Amino acid sequence: MFLGKVIGTVWATRKDEELVGMKFQIVKHIGVDYKVKDTFVVAVDTVQAGVGDVVLVCSGSSARQTSQTKNKPVDAVIMAVVDKLDIPD
Amino acid sequence: MYFAKVIGTVWATRKDENLRSFKLQFIQPLNARREKAGDPIVAVDTVGAGPGETVMYITAREATIPLPVEMAPVDASIVGIVDRIDIA
Repeated sequence: MFLGKVIGTVWATRKDEELVGMKFQIVKHIGVDYKVKDTFVVAVDTVQAGVGDVVLVCSGSSARQTSQTKNKPVDAVIMAVVDKLDIPD
Repeated sequence: MYFAKVIGTVWATRKDENLRSFKLQFIQPLNARREKAGDPIVAVDTVGAGPGETVMYITAREATIPLPVEMAPVDASIVGIVDRIDIA
């Protein structure tokens, strides 16, 4: 999984039937220091994350292992909203 | 399987229901010489590793295999704590 920050939402009316009802968020990669990087993914949101939230994104075939994305054409899913990062020096 | 160093813990209250009992560790991937290799990632800890320890982790769909649930959105899990690496 990687850490990311939700920076926006994607709207798509014409899409695969299996994706109807899903919420798509644009998630930018962030570093340990919470600094936002340039790269991003579009991920299905299963935990009701909002813009500005720091989240965990699971990618690849593991992204289909949630009740909402099972057997759906999805390769990235937001599966947790991060409260805190504990990084001892 | 790859090497990584545990650099911290991630706290997340709101998460997929099947992840409720798992510990999420922030890990820095390493090469065989234990130098940093790439960006840190988050992995589920199935062996009780702590910060500073070198661990072995697996990625992709296989990462759900060590977990005691049928289905979980996990693409990286720690499966061992490295005691020593011998390279001839």
